[in-house]
Amino acid sequence: MIQVINLYKAFGRKQVLDGANLKIKKGESMVVIGGSGSGKSVLIKHIIGLLKPDKGTIVVDGKDMAKLKGGEVDNLRKKFGMLFQGAALFDSLSVWENVGFALKQHTKLSDKEIRAAAGEKLKMVGLAGIEDMMPVDLSGGMRKRVGLARAIAMDPEILLYDEPTTGLDPIMADVINNLIIEMREKLKVTSVAITHDMVSAYKIADRIAMLYEGKIIEVGTPGEIKSTKNPIVKQFITGSAVGPIKVG
Amino acid sequence: MDDKGFFMRLLEGVGLAVAHFVEEMGRIMVFFTETLLWLFRPPLNLRNIFKQMEEIGVNSVGVVIIMASFTGMVLALQSYTGFKRFNAESLVGTVVALSMTRELGPVLTGLIVAGRAGASMAAELGTMRVTEQIDALATMATNPIKYLTVPRVIAGFIMLPLLTIISNMLGIFGGYLVGVKVLDANPVVYMRRSFDYLEMNDVFSGLFKASVFGLIISVISCYKGFYAAGGAEGVGKATTGAVVISMMLILISDYFLTAILF
Repeated sequence: MIQVINLYKAFGRKQVLDGANLKIKKGESMVVIGGSGSGKSVLIKHIIGLLKPDKGTIVVDGKDMAKLKGGEVDNLRKKFGMLFQGAALFDSLSVWENVGFALKQHTKLSDKEIRAAAGEKLKMVGLAGIEDMMPVDLSGGMRKRVGLARAIAMDPEILLYDEPTTGLDPIMADVINNLIIEMREKLKVTSVAITHDMVSAYKIADRIAMLYEGKIIEVGTPGEIKSTKNPIVKQFITGSAVGPIKVG
Repeated sequence: MDDKGFFMRLLEGVGLAVAHFVEEMGRIMVFFTETLLWLFRPPLNLRNIFKQMEEIGVNSVGVVIIMASFTGMVLALQSYTGFKRFNAESLVGTVVALSMTRELGPVLTGLIVAGRAGASMAAELGTMRVTEQIDALATMATNPIKYLTVPRVIAGFIMLPLLTIISNMLGIFGGYLVGVKVLDANPVVYMRRSFDYLEMNDVFSGLFKASVFGLIISVISCYKGFYAAGGAEGVGKATTGAVVISMMLILISDYFLTAILF
């Protein structure tokens, strides 16, 4: 479904991605782990075409993301839903206008129909009845869930999660984890999440990939990752300050 | 030896500043071209355009009224003081009308809108950038330039001349008030002198300038907001940059437009 092949990306002199390779199968839940500043966000932004690679390819559904033109990229993007780290809700629009944004832009549905559709999606994330609230009035956990409702509004085939549990209390983090699992089961989506929260990674992942110094250094099921022999992965998943990973 | 080192460093500094300026202007031109391309690609989002017209135009009316009336008033006072020295007091109305329509109406309106609406545009788009809302638009297959920039540019282009019309009328009215009520000019003569020498070309070239200023403000402010980076500090810098560059470009382009148009 998604293939990242030999991806290179530098910002100024900093080489963020240095030949990253990753294959994500249809319907699976892939979690990419890695430290802060390891390039996880950069990787996920390449998958949806927000960034263009310096070198390498990203193949989504058989198409090379970097070679597509404006309109074709947009067509491919309609297959995606993305939940941003800070939810990235449009603060000038109400909750239902946020959730129904893509419907408003890309379908001929009336406002009434869009509102009803947004209500359905909000119910799926456990937030029925908040259609008319403004994003500024929502708590962090609610914002994330509205962001998720917005991401699934167009019934995507692929869901991308950028640090879905960061900044939430442990209980709310678990609510989000459960929702991610539920989305995969109900909507049969392929999901890609990036996180450094290992509790979340073990819970939602079919497979976990570790990104380190711009490369994917290990891929495996949660069980395989837990019993890894790689000292770098081991240090990261146990959260130890002592080990081969250089702490800047 | 030391002197040479200093000279080289100075040259290097100036060179870097020039290179940075040229690079930024180039990027602004690319951004402007992209905006123009999206401008002519239907459909236009009328709701957003009207919302921006309200934000840039309607919400600026208050400050423009105060700015224009007092400018007209002080202009009458100043020109009276000068003209009295060679007995040309009767030309106060003419000077106020010509200065307002040709120069002060469009330029001061442009500067005021740059400070008010330009700053708010850059801050809003800058915040949207650093909170990933602009990325979110793109992931929902909506081009951010078409959705955010095009309505603002259209609104700027249309509303600046309209504000300038208000500005011209109030400036002339302010001058009339001071001329007639404070300086005891004959109201009929004052009015006649105001409009006798005023040609349609004076008004229209002023309005044309205003449209160009509207473009400058909206394009620069959107550009600055669009490429804001680095959190709250970045948004602050983008906002300052938007206002400063817009104001400079208004004043610089004003000279060249005047040289070409009049």
